[in-house]
Amino acid sequence: MLRNMNDIADLYQELIVDHSRRPRNFGRLEHATHRAEGFNPLCGDKVKVYVNLEEDVVRDVSFEGEGCAISKSSASLMTESIKGKSKAEVERLFSRFRDLATGMADADQADLGKLAVFSGLRGFPARVKCATLAWHTLRAALEDKSGVVSTE
Amino acid sequence: MSALRTVKSTEFDLLAVRKDFPGLHQKVHGKPLIYLDNAATTQKPKAVIEALNRFYTADCSNVHRAVHALSDRATKSYEDARTIVKQFINARSEREIVFVRGATEAINLVMNSYARPRVKAGDEILISALEHHSNIVPWQLLSEQTGARLVIAPINEAGELILEDFERRLGPKTALVAVAHVSNALGTVMPVHEIVRMAHARGVPVLVDGAQAVPHEHVDVGALDCDFYAFSGHKVFGPTGIGVLYGREDLLEGMPPYQGGGDMIRSVTFEKTIYNELPYKFEAGTPHIAGAIGLGAALDYVSQIGIDRAAAHERDLLNYGTELLSAIHGLRLIGTAPEKVGVLSFVLDGVHPHDVGTVLDRDGSAVRAGHHCAQPGMQRFGVPATTRASLAFYNTKAEMHALANGIRRVQKLFAA
Repeated sequence: MLRNMNDIADLYQELIVDHSRRPRNFGRLEHATHRAEGFNPLCGDKVKVYVNLEEDVVRDVSFEGEGCAISKSSASLMTESIKGKSKAEVERLFSRFRDLATGMADADQADLGKLAVFSGLRGFPARVKCATLAWHTLRAALEDKSGVVSTE
Repeated sequence: MSALRTVKSTEFDLLAVRKDFPGLHQKVHGKPLIYLDNAATTQKPKAVIEALNRFYTADCSNVHRAVHALSDRATKSYEDARTIVKQFINARSEREIVFVRGATEAINLVMNSYARPRVKAGDEILISALEHHSNIVPWQLLSEQTGARLVIAPINEAGELILEDFERRLGPKTALVAVAHVSNALGTVMPVHEIVRMAHARGVPVLVDGAQAVPHEHVDVGALDCDFYAFSGHKVFGPTGIGVLYGREDLLEGMPPYQGGGDMIRSVTFEKTIYNELPYKFEAGTPHIAGAIGLGAALDYVSQIGIDRAAAHERDLLNYGTELLSAIHGLRLIGTAPEKVGVLSFVLDGVHPHDVGTVLDRDGSAVRAGHHCAQPGMQRFGVPATTRASLAFYNTKAEMHALANGIRRVQKLFAA
């Protein structure tokens, strides 16, 4: 019983619950230079990511959408983590984040800052897509891909 | 029967029934499994597992072909299963029972062999707003191919079909009515008797998708008087990959084959092929022999415990669960039709169904979170998804309690 609730607490850490309830950088970004829309057809989650890119550096970023606690908090923490980073840095961060979420790397090795809070995901493979939806959408925005990004 | 209790033969012996399902007695994440995803698929009783085992161990061979003993036995078991299905749903003849992969294939068979040759541009296919994607998409395909139009009969806030609106949409252009007997997303029992009566009064044939009805209530296609009835074996305690299309004999007789191949022919020359008689005309290729035999065993099992007794227990359970869940502040039940079976679909204030499902899973409770392959129906309630607990006769009141407690733990975890 205690063990189980611990597992759940590994996933839904305070920071995650907090960001899911009060997402940061939430809403439309006026004058965004890049934007994209992501969709998870399995659960109906939708996210729109807006980016203001100047000379390959993320000056501002925001998101809108509806979804589960994992997808919302992941989008929120992502926006906080990438401001001021170059496209190449964002790409490296995503790669480390994905390794963490899928259990390929440990939190202490991954150099992820606040994003390390998602280390509990490794015990919940069915929820990894919830956490990566915003990231895939961000990458589509940065690459100027048109159309909706889907997790499936 | 338990030595400690005497159970009258008219009583539903829940404890004994649970013992018949080995899959129920396991732990997940260290907690006893509470299986509440029965609308997705049901657990299988020992009788079904043993029937599959027996076929593959002793009788494994092809049907309707060879002269040897194994093939004789396999053919007899396969055809016995057809008779069991016929009796279970009260069809007139085995010729009306076509074995298919599941309800989805049954509906696609009717779309391809019955509707497509008849339907013209401008004709209408009338369905309800509560259909599973399997009873929407085939008709959209048909519409694309023929220029027919899909017409939707709406539902009300409780998740019931609005019968007057349904009747208004029946017209001279209606070529076919296709409706669920029971909604998979909400559990609403549709007024299929009235639907058939109204449609037949205008000469319109009716297909009923019974995938969610057969496990929960006594289905009588004779009394219902529908033209086609589709269901899946795995939702009624049988194997996956097997299902049934019931069709009125005169309609099936006039329909071209669905697929071509072996077993569906009487004679083949390169000039002309003469099709086999019903129902084999629609069973091209080697069928899912073990599956059909397993389905027969499943239906025999259900008959033996008594579908009416089981249904009464389920009704109690649903009422009990509805009471427990309704008492939870911040929980909204989606689908509150007085006539419903087996489903508790709900949303929680401030918590996404996906998160509810994950927390409940760690608690041992298997539920479904999502749109339940009924996206248009979900939109009616303004929710992209719900959490769905779906019942079978082997579920208990203690499990309803555990579900309610689990939901309260979810709320605590996400409390502001």
